[in-house]
Amino acid sequence: MSEDASSYPPIEPTNFDLIVLGTGLPESVIAAAASANGKTVLHLDPNPFYGSNYTSLSLQDLSSFLISHSAPPPSPPSAPSDGHDFTPAALAARPLFSHVEISSFAPDVLGEEHSRKFNVDLCGPRVLFCADKSIDLILKSGANQYVEFKGVDASFVYNENGKLTSVPDSRAAIFKDKSLGLTEKNQLMRFFKLVQQHLDDKGGEDESGNSRISEQDLESPFVEFLNKMRLPPKIKSIILYAIAMADCDQDNVDVCEDVLKTKDGIDRLALYNSSVGRFPNALGAFMYPIYGHGELPQAFCRRAAVKGCIHVLRMPVIAVLMDKSTGHYKGVRLSSGQDLFSHQLILDPSFIVQLPLASSPPGLGSIKRKVARGICITKSSLRPETSNFLVIYPPRSLFPEQVTSIRALQIGSDLAVCPLGMFVIYFSTLCHDANQGENLLNAAMDSLLTVPESAHPESSTTVHSENSAEEKPTVLWKALYIQELTMGHFESISSTPIPDGNLNYNNILQATLKLFQKMYPLEEVFPETDSPENPEDDHEFSLES
Amino acid sequence: MHGQPRKAPKPEDEAASAAKAEKLRSLQSQFLCFHHSNIYSKEALEVNSRLLEINPEYYTAWNYRKLAVEHRLTQSESDPDSVNSILNEELKVVESALRQNFKSYGAWHHRKWVLSKGQSSLDHELRLLDRFQKADSRNFHAWNYRRFVASLLNISEVDELQYTTDMINKNFSNYSAWHNRSVLLSNLLKRKAQGFFPKEKVLNEEYELVHQALFTDPDDQSGWFYHLWLLEQTVKADAPLLVSSWPAHDSNLILLGESCLEDSALSPFNTFHSELGTIPLVVYFNKAVEGVNSSTISVESVLNTKGELTWKPLSTNNSQTAQVWVTYLNYPNIKLHSSEFYPVEVSVGHTQGIISSSGFHYSHPSRFAFKVFVRPFEKDLAGHGVEMVSWREDNFLLYESHSQESNPILSLDQLNIKDDHEESSLKWRAETIANEIALFRELLSEINCKIGKLTLARLLIAHETMLSPIANKMVHSEEVIELYSDLMKLDSPHSQYYKDERSLVLLQQITSNRESLLRYCFRHGDRTSSILGNSMCLRLNNISLSRMGSIEKLLWVQMLDLSHNELRSIEGLEAMQLLSCLNLSNNKLSSFTALGPLRLLKSLKVLDISFNEIGSHSIDTTRYLCSSPLSHTEEIDWSHDETVTGDVNLTNYWEAFLIFKDLNLTQLDIVGNAIADEKFKSFLVKIVPTLKWLDGQELQLH
Repeated sequence: MSEDASSYPPIEPTNFDLIVLGTGLPESVIAAAASANGKTVLHLDPNPFYGSNYTSLSLQDLSSFLISHSAPPPSPPSAPSDGHDFTPAALAARPLFSHVEISSFAPDVLGEEHSRKFNVDLCGPRVLFCADKSIDLILKSGANQYVEFKGVDASFVYNENGKLTSVPDSRAAIFKDKSLGLTEKNQLMRFFKLVQQHLDDKGGEDESGNSRISEQDLESPFVEFLNKMRLPPKIKSIILYAIAMADCDQDNVDVCEDVLKTKDGIDRLALYNSSVGRFPNALGAFMYPIYGHGELPQAFCRRAAVKGCIHVLRMPVIAVLMDKSTGHYKGVRLSSGQDLFSHQLILDPSFIVQLPLASSPPGLGSIKRKVARGICITKSSLRPETSNFLVIYPPRSLFPEQVTSIRALQIGSDLAVCPLGMFVIYFSTLCHDANQGENLLNAAMDSLLTVPESAHPESSTTVHSENSAEEKPTVLWKALYIQELTMGHFESISSTPIPDGNLNYNNILQATLKLFQKMYPLEEVFPETDSPENPEDDHEFSLES
Repeated sequence: MHGQPRKAPKPEDEAASAAKAEKLRSLQSQFLCFHHSNIYSKEALEVNSRLLEINPEYYTAWNYRKLAVEHRLTQSESDPDSVNSILNEELKVVESALRQNFKSYGAWHHRKWVLSKGQSSLDHELRLLDRFQKADSRNFHAWNYRRFVASLLNISEVDELQYTTDMINKNFSNYSAWHNRSVLLSNLLKRKAQGFFPKEKVLNEEYELVHQALFTDPDDQSGWFYHLWLLEQTVKADAPLLVSSWPAHDSNLILLGESCLEDSALSPFNTFHSELGTIPLVVYFNKAVEGVNSSTISVESVLNTKGELTWKPLSTNNSQTAQVWVTYLNYPNIKLHSSEFYPVEVSVGHTQGIISSSGFHYSHPSRFAFKVFVRPFEKDLAGHGVEMVSWREDNFLLYESHSQESNPILSLDQLNIKDDHEESSLKWRAETIANEIALFRELLSEINCKIGKLTLARLLIAHETMLSPIANKMVHSEEVIELYSDLMKLDSPHSQYYKDERSLVLLQQITSNRESLLRYCFRHGDRTSSILGNSMCLRLNNISLSRMGSIEKLLWVQMLDLSHNELRSIEGLEAMQLLSCLNLSNNKLSSFTALGPLRLLKSLKVLDISFNEIGSHSIDTTRYLCSSPLSHTEEIDWSHDETVTGDVNLTNYWEAFLIFKDLNLTQLDIVGNAIADEKFKSFLVKIVPTLKWLDGQELQLH
């Protein structure tokens, strides 16, 4: 990866306000925001592509990226101190992925030729809520010029009997729903209305003096509030896991690590609700970027470039330069040997600075949980006539020990992420260890897909024809990996957040913006400009119908 | 689009609207100038289209365009290209007007007018409609226009029905879509189109669909309206049916004089006294019909001496369509013997001709028969010494029926003519309604919903009506009455409606069987009165009635006490042709117009309308519900009226005059109404020469 680096011409100038290492979404947003505020920014990435941990890649590139980022990194050569007024501290790669398992069951179908036609997300399953703050950020930054979205067609809940039922997430959806009884429809809609009234009252500064939902209820667990509303288990599960997107089993306080409070649950319902119908072409609450999620960081990079940011790919940084006397950050040393200086440095979380003072690497120790991700490629859809949709496996829907919610997202070729007629299905769940994560994802995959025993395509076809009554799509290619979870942190060398276990980017971007505010307390993230290239109108938002 | 609050205009808005008004004025005067001089030049049309673009509501401008189009078309008759360009220009003007206001009647109408010429392509129209329906899916103008275009394009009703399904799936609070669905389905069901037969299967699916809407959001009204339509489709019998008659089938009618009253073997329910030498014959249908005449109803009896009988519709608005028809059998020309009885046989509908107002034929020929007995009539009792009828409480004694009475009441349950539904269909209807009742009980156990309660009440009544031929007892009436009482509290703006409905149920309950009705039957103690054919009085007083009903079961009533109720109208009472004494005192009748039905009660002698609100309201709202007095078709002898009324200004008492001039009242109580001053009373005495008693005072004969 670094063999070309030395042949690069030296970068000019050599002093910047900010150097950003890594082109993931948080780094790109910061680079774009800093550039928009008139800072001089150098944006580096050792990879030959944009996006770092947020990228979308061909199958081959994805495999090699995962494998190379899971192996314990070669010990970096300790950079020689060369008599300047700074000491170089070696920059080490931190393996974010582990237990990477990649199996191809149909090498003929997924040959070299085909593999290139994939844009598979590294951080999937991921969608944007139409009313997400991230959408507002994309609009405000002007990055919307470089990325197009399409509405996700539907979302389903996997139930105990192995069936997918659609999520009745709006008035029209409740009306059309075939799985709910009439009284259940009434109960669910009444609950939505109650929440809506509560939200409306909140806006009106409590004219009646009492909010629809009492303060006490708001602080209590959401699941208790749902019980209090006498909602039947089926509806409770839909609200908790398919709309409020709770991660853990809310009914089981012993194992649940983050019990959702009523007020947070209601905020999530509000987000969902305002997402439905925000854009006329997106029928549901979610949308997905055409060509995959890798488009998002690229769009911000392009915004940054317009504002004067310099981007250099394939450029590893081997060391961080620290001031000898103060111990403060000074600059970076590229693998080409060039030293560059800046006031501030942003690192993507796959790098750690090996400081001579050897404080423990921040972030990692405190977080116990990991996220297990899986990717399956199929030649037929999980649901006839629908290609892009979300599936939620609520806790205990697969087996009694399932304590977390599993989310899956199928994306078809119409979103330009795979060859025509194929489908990419992403899975993820939170877990404590690799074993638990793998078990959960394998169970989820097995429930809806036929995963061949071994990498022999012949055997898979026989299995497939045997139970044709309940025909499950056969998996052609499968990846399973465990990803670490870290938080971003702010010091003179700041590090950005890693893709989390959520469906959307809200938490990541919130952390990113906080980071930016700490770096530049006086600056607005994306200052308002009147320039026509910065359209803010929703209607300018390009959404393919 | 809907439910958006209006904002107060800002100063700059006001300035803009003033400027707009100025521009409009100038365009308008230019336009009118062209219009008046019949100028249809390009420039004139340009001015007109600019005007319409700003104000599409300007009808005159649209009319001018029509004249202009006609004018230009006559000049370019031969050239199809220029015809096309003229019409296309019109379509463009309409479109830009609709952009300004997509609910402009004038603009939509103009478009229809242009398209009706048949020269323009229709392909564009559906696209245009899609745009409008995207902007507002409930825009009923667009839906109207859609029906128009669909028929021009011969789009199948099945496709249009699918379109309503799609629209309802998108957002089911769309009254227009549900409405169009009901229109399309009515046609498809009537035609028995493929896939729309049998009706039961289709309606079941529709119930299923509308339940989704009702349960998802019971607060939304549109689905409830559709449900009401479905209920009607389920319950209604298309063909008109004979419901009851007077005299009732198999009854023995006794014509008598006063001396026979002591004869306890006679049932007071069937005795009848007539001074006129006629017996009324009343037929009561389940819906308004026309075509009742001597060929559609034949009457065979020796009493029917004149041959052809004349049937008269009992309708208060002089229409030839009525639910109740009457004719009179004559008997004065033959000598009747008290020892004999005279059979009468009536056949209804054996020849076609009786048609409901919705166009369905009476299709169940039926007959009923009764016998007339005669008791001698003592002549000298008529004519003088008319006693005043007193409604005092102590004059009434609860009637106790004698077991030997052969045929006591009632046309109550005698005429159960089978309706046109087959057995299986009857079963389906009963099951469907029972299922609906169970469902809405379930919904109401979850939530408190006004329209849900109303629907449940309607369903229960429908169920009751359906079962009534079998069970002559009302099972649900208590529940229904409770529901309506509840609704009156919950929804006070509509409490009058609920009160009316409750009154009807109460009356149904009272008349549902003999035992219950007998509790309201009293003997009038004042037996010497010559006015009363019999002394039986039906007392429905003091039971909070606001409306009359179940009259088909009360055709035999001659003396009726409706005092101390809340009646605002006496609609339906016109069918009670035997009525001779009527007490309407202490009600809420607010005008003489409300007494309209009395004009058809030829036997009425004694009327008490004291303590009502006649004359208290400066505006007679009942009048809006009736046709104008000037529309009465009957001949009025103005010169005669003038001599009668003398110095009184007739216009002040016009309604009173119309009500009373045809009645031969002998007794009237009107005290306690704002209108009843001395002047009015003297007017009454003049126009009702037969009057003997007014407000309890015996009048001095002139």
